Amino acid sequence: MNISLRVNGRPVEAVVEPRLLLVHFLRERLRLTGTHIGCDTSQCGACTVHLDGRAVKSCTVLAVQADGCDITTIEGLAAEGELHPLQAAFQEQHALQCGFCTPGMIMASLELLGRAIVPDDREIRAALEGNRCRCTGYQNIVAAVRTACERS
Amino acid sequence: MRRDAPPDLIGARVPRVEDPRLLAGRGAYVDDLQLPGMLQLDILRSPHAHARICELDVSMARALPGVVAVYTGRDLAQFLKPVPSAGGMQGFNAPPHHVLAVDRVRFVGEGVAAVLAQDRYIARDARELINVTYDVLPAVTDPGVALTPQAPVLHDDIGSNRAFELRIGNDTQAALAASERIISGRFINQRVIPGPMETRGAVAHFEPWEGRLTVWLSTQAPHLMKREFARYLDFPEHRLRVVAPDVGGAFGAKNNPYAEELLAAALSLKHGVPLKWIEERSEHMLATSHARAQAVEVHAGVRADGTVQALHYRLTADMGAYYHAITHIGPMMTAALMTGAYRIAHAATDIISVFTNATPTDPYRGFGRAEATYFIERTMDLIARELGLDVLEVRRRNLIRPEEFPCTTPTGHVHESGNFQLCLDRALERFDYEGTRREQARLRAAGRYLGIGIATHAWRAGFPSVPGGKGYVTSGWEKSTVSIDAAGKIRVVIGTSPHGQGVVTTTAQIVAQQFGLLPQDVRVIHGDTDAVAQGNGTMGSRSLVVGGSATLLAAQQVRAKAIRLAAHLLQIDPRQVVLESACFRDAGNSQRGIALTEVAAHAFAGPRDLPDGMEPCLEAAVLFEPANFTTCFGTHVCAVEVDVQTGAAAIRRYIAIDDAGRAINPTLVEGQIHGGLAQGIGQALMEGASYDSAGQPLAASLLDYATPKASDLPHFEVELTETPSTVNPLGARGIGEAGAIGAPPAVVNAVLDALAPLGVRHLDMPLTPQRVWRAIQEARA
Amino acid sequence: MIPAAFEYAVPRSLEDAVAVLADCEAGTAAILAGGMSLLPTMKLRLAAPALLVDIGRLRELAGISRASGRLRIGALTTHAELLAAPELAEWRVFAETAGVLGDPQVRNRGTFGGSLAQAHPAADWPAVFLALRGVACLRGSRGERSVRSEDFFTGVLTTAIAEGEILTHVTFPAGDGRSGAAYSKMRQQASGMALAGVAARITLDTAGRIEESTVGVTGIGGAPFRARSIEQRLSGLLPTPSILEESCADVPEADPTNDLHADADYRRQLLRVHATRALTRALERARSAIP
Repeated sequence: MNISLRVNGRPVEAVVEPRLLLVHFLRERLRLTGTHIGCDTSQCGACTVHLDGRAVKSCTVLAVQADGCDITTIEGLAAEGELHPLQAAFQEQHALQCGFCTPGMIMASLELLGRAIVPDDREIRAALEGNRCRCTGYQNIVAAVRTACERS
Repeated sequence: MRRDAPPDLIGARVPRVEDPRLLAGRGAYVDDLQLPGMLQLDILRSPHAHARICELDVSMARALPGVVAVYTGRDLAQFLKPVPSAGGMQGFNAPPHHVLAVDRVRFVGEGVAAVLAQDRYIARDARELINVTYDVLPAVTDPGVALTPQAPVLHDDIGSNRAFELRIGNDTQAALAASERIISGRFINQRVIPGPMETRGAVAHFEPWEGRLTVWLSTQAPHLMKREFARYLDFPEHRLRVVAPDVGGAFGAKNNPYAEELLAAALSLKHGVPLKWIEERSEHMLATSHARAQAVEVHAGVRADGTVQALHYRLTADMGAYYHAITHIGPMMTAALMTGAYRIAHAATDIISVFTNATPTDPYRGFGRAEATYFIERTMDLIARELGLDVLEVRRRNLIRPEEFPCTTPTGHVHESGNFQLCLDRALERFDYEGTRREQARLRAAGRYLGIGIATHAWRAGFPSVPGGKGYVTSGWEKSTVSIDAAGKIRVVIGTSPHGQGVVTTTAQIVAQQFGLLPQDVRVIHGDTDAVAQGNGTMGSRSLVVGGSATLLAAQQVRAKAIRLAAHLLQIDPRQVVLESACFRDAGNSQRGIALTEVAAHAFAGPRDLPDGMEPCLEAAVLFEPANFTTCFGTHVCAVEVDVQTGAAAIRRYIAIDDAGRAINPTLVEGQIHGGLAQGIGQALMEGASYDSAGQPLAASLLDYATPKASDLPHFEVELTETPSTVNPLGARGIGEAGAIGAPPAVVNAVLDALAPLGVRHLDMPLTPQRVWRAIQEARA
Repeated sequence: MIPAAFEYAVPRSLEDAVAVLADCEAGTAAILAGGMSLLPTMKLRLAAPALLVDIGRLRELAGISRASGRLRIGALTTHAELLAAPELAEWRVFAETAGVLGDPQVRNRGTFGGSLAQAHPAADWPAVFLALRGVACLRGSRGERSVRSEDFFTGVLTTAIAEGEILTHVTFPAGDGRSGAAYSKMRQQASGMALAGVAARITLDTAGRIEESTVGVTGIGGAPFRARSIEQRLSGLLPTPSILEESCADVPEADPTNDLHADADYRRQLLRVHATRALTRALERARSAIP
């Protein structure tokens, strides 16, 4: 099946099998390997990307469902080689260790930025419900998201 | 006397140099690697815990377009040996563990057939087309049951499910008999799944014309793997290259040479093509090592004042169906550290290790030591309760005092140094122990159940070599090479293989400090056996303690040589040279000096331009071998409130005071503690890899196996003390496992303290809401 | 991780979708909306439909509106939309439920209709659907029909939706100024689904007595159900905390299942606790709805 979509602002056309998962399309066809696969039951959130501006788990979206959509992956976030403020806050707050969950964490947290009211820690923790990390205990991730929200 | 003052990088909160590429999505984990013509390997796994394979028909799978080959266990046994296990320990009767099961499966998830196909979609389809008929056998997953005469026996050649038995300790019988009172209990440290976010995976690439095999492996120990893979494959080690690319967490579960990984390498050799194997999460839950799975029957001989006179454990350790690399070490480590932070004159553990129809166990953060700490810290609470004493008082009475170090325990461990009281005092002060006890009483009067839990933990890290050991993980040394290029920048090659610990940054800090450079002037190379000639790996909190010490010593040697050279160029005595901010100055004339860049460039000159006997280049390689383990210690205190209607336990406050020995980068140390706490709290409250009576795993995906999410955890209050270790030049103790070790007993003690007024006396982890509620009902009945 | 191969159809209208389904052999097609339940099942190869009919782009099935005293929620309305819908301010239970359902990414794609049509025994919306006495509107090749919530769930993973029919929207009575509803749930720690989830609606009479209550239950086992024993006990009573608690002490119509996370006894207890909590909040909301 033919699909055409925009990925990180660039138009992409491809022929895909209907069952191809968006995450495999991004990773293997487009070589955007920053989006990771951490589970097979849609729990871990490592594969989170933005689809038309909303965070989704790309392991649970078919590439054909993304036909005509606008996709942003972690690679699309750091413009011109400069870290996005959220990425910078992750480094500053030591919010990553092995780095495997990190792209998903960042893409999920991005939805919290730019709101009128800075979320409190409880709200941030709730917003990370769809993302698992096994390294950090989340504390510094929460701090990084809070820091970025305060600055945005 | 210190004549120069480098910028204070030791103890500085330097941001990690590892981060930018990982943040930008430019990390390179094993599944990110794509090679031309690469095939995909997929494994069909047993759905049964114990069964005979009657028929295995792979013809339909072989016929699927895009499938290159399909192998059964029997096919592979023609040309592959069993998987190495139990570290080649002498006297260990390790049953053969085939790469894929031959005729009989012994746990759910054991490999049965392997598919090699053009891509992962085809491989997965082919797996579906393999027909297996099983003759299901009775299974046993409970180690206690496995020891009974009626139990099905896993390995016919051994004749029973006893893996090994061992006694560690001194005489306890007489001491127990002479004790004023014996207090007994039974504690279980349940089977859990380490569960790094990245599952296992391998890419193997044999290049026949080069005679070279490269294996990219999600591993924590590329050098150990290189040695094991070479031996297993009978492949010349000098032509084998193992690369640990970015590794998405390991926690002890990635230092075993696994069947699928060896198979990937073997099939790349056989087919002469690159191939990839990536484990799915649901496979990971079954096929990657589980951990802990120990139970003890405790007998403690005590005096009425709480002094512990003697301690005996009968420890049952669940090996799973086979040994992995160091499965057998777990219970030995538990036994060696059974006395925890306490002075107990008589202590011994009788270990019985058992095979069961379950996933093999192996290390997980806190290996053996988390179990030991849980058992002794639960025992201390039990003693306090039985004697009607405060849990704090019992601990204080038995803690090893600062003046008692070095302190040899009855199980043969030497605590090199420490100050256990320091952490305890600081924890209680910050927690406001007395005030919280009053708060607890007030809440109880209002029908709310708050509990306080304490764990004073002491264990060991950074293992030394095992005398006479030739097997797996018996070398305790680590190597580091520091070299300065002609522009005065530094390259450090280290034998450990960091994957989240931040060792690249701490290594850069240690080295930069020696030369008055900045961390970004230092590049750290690791994880590729072609780039790093010798090493062991990252495990047992040894990266900084052992590897970092090698780095410090190497940097110091290079520094000394650079100073000699600078003195030569300045025509002064080396003792007159002051090294500051990458510049060598004449202490007698502050106007005279020479930059490190100039000295570095000069170091490449011919020997005739160098001081007598000096070799060109500023480089040193040091192999550091610790004389003993470091002693690691701390105190954790937490307050937990239990909703007695639902049984849900919520941590209100968690304070961890841990001794780092020397914290090179406190931010990274705290991060390590946070992560360990999350895993420890997960074990205490949520996680458990349990099986039903047929040996079916009950929590075989992340839909049923609960690892903590952000909303499950409190804000941790973490503080470090620094009591330098005496066994390494850095003074570091190894901090990576403290959280996972301290948290389970602290949390369980707190929940039981909360429920004490309701008459609940015992609970086994995980303290899920259902289990807690059930205990309350039973206590009420 | 990898679904079995399937054919994929993207109908351009509801009519088109109905026609595609009518052409299929029974049991071979599956309807794809947000895919948050279906795709995970297919990835584990627990389902392998030959044809996926993707209705996810039919905007006529999305959105929230109000007509003749009833609220209409399109089947494709996402959980995230329900979390933030100003049109549903009178029934805070929608935002409350959406807020404890799944996770933000799932809420961004998962749909209200998909959740009801799948009828997972631990899904959240079925409880709300029952408690608010919704009506499901179905469209098939033989036209449209409506099914009341109490007749909708017929068993585990089964509903009154017939082969070839599509759930298009659900209607609910609008708020009446003297009713309140709430949802209370115990999450299964790993999956986040309901070990027990109770949605309760209370309508008060002018004297502050309970004129009517409805209690929808999910997660306990079997199909989602109405706890009519609680509803009957409460009818006509002047509610107090202890009356609410006592009314939930025993729910004989519950037939709880046993699993790793909760045995039958524990599920009964969770039902008691969460029914009481949902009723308590529903009562507060009913009282505060009265002008």
